[in-house]
Amino acid sequence: MSQIFSSKNLKLLTNSLNLQNPITVQVLGICSALAVTVKMKPAFVMAVSVTIVAAFSNLIISLLRKSIPVRIRIIVQLVVIAALVILVDQILKAFVFDVSKQLSVFVGLIITNCIIMGRLEAFAMANKPWDSFVDGIGNGLGYGWILIVVSFVRELLGSGTVWNYPVMEKLGLYSGGYLNNGLMIAPPMALILVGVIIWIQRSRSKSLIEKK
Amino acid sequence: MQNHINLFVDTVFIHNMIFAYFLGMCSYLAVSKTVKTSVGLGIAVIFVMVITIPVNYLLEKYLLVEGALSWISPKLADVDLSFLSFIIFIAVIAAIVQLVEMVVERYSPSLYNALGIFLPLIAVNCAVLGGALFMQQREFSSVWESVTFSFGSGLGWAIAIISLAAIREKIRYSNIPAPLRGLGITFILVGLMALAFMGFMGFKI
Repeated sequence: MSQIFSSKNLKLLTNSLNLQNPITVQVLGICSALAVTVKMKPAFVMAVSVTIVAAFSNLIISLLRKSIPVRIRIIVQLVVIAALVILVDQILKAFVFDVSKQLSVFVGLIITNCIIMGRLEAFAMANKPWDSFVDGIGNGLGYGWILIVVSFVRELLGSGTVWNYPVMEKLGLYSGGYLNNGLMIAPPMALILVGVIIWIQRSRSKSLIEKK
Repeated sequence: MQNHINLFVDTVFIHNMIFAYFLGMCSYLAVSKTVKTSVGLGIAVIFVMVITIPVNYLLEKYLLVEGALSWISPKLADVDLSFLSFIIFIAVIAAIVQLVEMVVERYSPSLYNALGIFLPLIAVNCAVLGGALFMQQREFSSVWESVTFSFGSGLGWAIAIISLAAIREKIRYSNIPAPLRGLGITFILVGLMALAFMGFMGFKI
């Protein structure tokens, strides 16, 4: 099993963190990425759930890829994803009920998360199971770090906490007249923050800049 | 009646699928390059939502919630199938999209040519499944409320994509900093539009 972390597989992992990032480059899975980033904890749970579903649906579809008829592949993929999402949803309800309440419909929406469908179509249908599994984890992590960064900024500036720990209060900023920026909690700021992340990423790696 | 109008205004402007929940973002960003195609996609989304959400409402009410099966026999009164809702909803959406595609192709080839390429895309548009899941959460009392809700949500989505496409057609000639070109500026634009839509908050008739 020397090929488990061959350079090709390592590349699958690191590429999706930056140059092939699902959110900022492939433009997949934005719906849920923006909606769950008000606080860090739900964002983290969401990132883990998507990583798990992406990895295992990639694995299962890749194992089945030779026996799925091309015409009905979308429905087969949807059934596999939906079954995995039901599992994740039931586990979240059982062990972290409060987070599951905060995520509300967005756990169910992992089914139509374009990252998962997109990777199944683009990668798992044509590659070996282990490679597909690694690709799923890589894309889940690439999605996850954007979520964590956006939710960190929004929680710190919007509620003055980090992972529910009151940083701003401990620093004594409120007594000096500091106020939380309520706009950070509102939906528009998530979009603008992702826009800024894309801006920074593309100024660093020029190859990503779009042509006119 | 007033209750329906309020629900409609609420879903179009306040709880807009794009600006408040970010649903259907993938196709929203990918297809909003020209006004013409975005009008086609917008109409297709309204069409599919108005059909699928009420169907899902009826399935939810008579099949899935706890005690819903009691109309078959009283013995089934304590069966709770609600954990199956995700898989039923997505199957219904995929099936109806396929069905709508065939019906439209048969009876209105011109509409089919206009919508054709977009219809299959909609099966995996999060706005449609999201609408079904919000419908489940809102616990409507009648099927007509779910019709109003689905039409409002679809229309809100269509308004959002058409207006973004109009803005993107304009900014094609502007001088945008290179790293921000394309996707980056689109995100910031949508953010500013969402900010504008926040002004509708608390609006009621």
